[in-house]
Amino acid sequence: MRLTCTVNGTEQHVDDVWEGESLLYVLRERMGLPGSKNACEQGECGSCTVYLDGLPVCACLVAAGQAEGRQVGTVEGLADPEALHPVQQAFLDAGAVQCGFCTPGLLVATHDLIARHGRPSDAETREALAGNLCRCTGYEKILDAVRLAADRMAEPTAGGDR
Amino acid sequence: MDFLQPVTWAEALEAKAAHPDAVPIAGGTDVMVGLNFGHLRPALLLDLTRIADLRDWQVADSAVRLGAGVSYARVISELGDRLPGLAMASRTIGSPQIRNRGTVAGNLATASPAGDAHPALLAAGAEVEVASVRGTRRIPIDDFYTGVKRNAMDGDELITAVSVVPPSGPQQYSKIGTRNAMVISVAAFGLALHPDRRAVGTGIGSAAPTPRRAPAAEEFLAGELDSSGLWESRAELPEATIARFGELVAAAAAPIDDVRGSARYRVHALSVMARRALTWAWADHRSATQEA
Repeated sequence: MRLTCTVNGTEQHVDDVWEGESLLYVLRERMGLPGSKNACEQGECGSCTVYLDGLPVCACLVAAGQAEGRQVGTVEGLADPEALHPVQQAFLDAGAVQCGFCTPGLLVATHDLIARHGRPSDAETREALAGNLCRCTGYEKILDAVRLAADRMAEPTAGGDR
Repeated sequence: MDFLQPVTWAEALEAKAAHPDAVPIAGGTDVMVGLNFGHLRPALLLDLTRIADLRDWQVADSAVRLGAGVSYARVISELGDRLPGLAMASRTIGSPQIRNRGTVAGNLATASPAGDAHPALLAAGAEVEVASVRGTRRIPIDDFYTGVKRNAMDGDELITAVSVVPPSGPQQYSKIGTRNAMVISVAAFGLALHPDRRAVGTGIGSAAPTPRRAPAAEEFLAGELDSSGLWESRAELPEATIARFGELVAAAAAPIDDVRGSARYRVHALSVMARRALTWAWADHRSATQEA
């Protein structure tokens, strides 16, 4: 079947999509967007977290056809062409990236967390990121990165008082 | 495999009548796992996410009628006050990503004994509204679960909604898993106190072939509360009453040994969870009078 949806603001058409495949497969194998990672394929690990109509979901649990006409946002859509998103930069600066496999999902989940909570408490962060597993177990650095990103994003931009 | 995306409920029911083997998909948190692992190869996938009628909840005949497409995330954010037991159960489900997609109706359709919503629905006395081209019927939750991952629906039926009456008293929910998030329960327990009809509701998860109530525990506790005038006095519950309630809840279970836990552990855990849930709920009941 043919699938049309908007990915990172651009309308995408793909043909010959198998009816039983996941949005994750479509993104990675048919649209050339391998940022969302394929690990567990059962919604346990969060490596494939993407936005679907503004809500973070596991792309492996969305049937391709369910994305028809919908807005999809992937990790590839976070950065500007010139600069990383502050969440991405914070993960680098805090040393929150080890093997990197869980990172794309954590970036999307953290992006959503800060958008909703501004400066989340550690408890809110732990709850919000509970569905994103880091097999390197680097959770403390990930928490550091969330705090750093939230602090930087809350600071006044150029022209502010400080 | 075909993929059908009806936009009206009538179209969906016609499709299910024409293809009783079609697999309905909403949040996909169960169905997609089956597809991804090659365990499920239906001739037809029936996507229900385009049907506007399923997306909302209303209050009808003093019950909350929860459309089949309402996610756990919305049960938590919009119905925590009206359906506290179900909202508590929903908070224990999966992760934020899963709760953004998964639905109570999907839990019912899968009918796993480990489904987290079931103990709360049993304790509250929910009704499942199912429909087909033949018409609509309401199945009391007690009659809904018929076996391991089996329910009382016919092949041409789809779940329209779940109706739950907001409680007259406190509700509690307890779940044991190996960690706090992203776990299938080892055992779960739901409790509802119904002061208006001087009754007690219970629900047991992951400890029998189906989710089930603990009728002897319910009758025992309702009887104690009645005969000792505790519904009105809201005095402290005797320790012996709490302990006996826990024993009777555990006695209602019929668990198996599996990778998640032994039958013996599950029975023990249920007695502990039942005692705790009752202690919490009774504290809520007592503080409700102080506020009044």
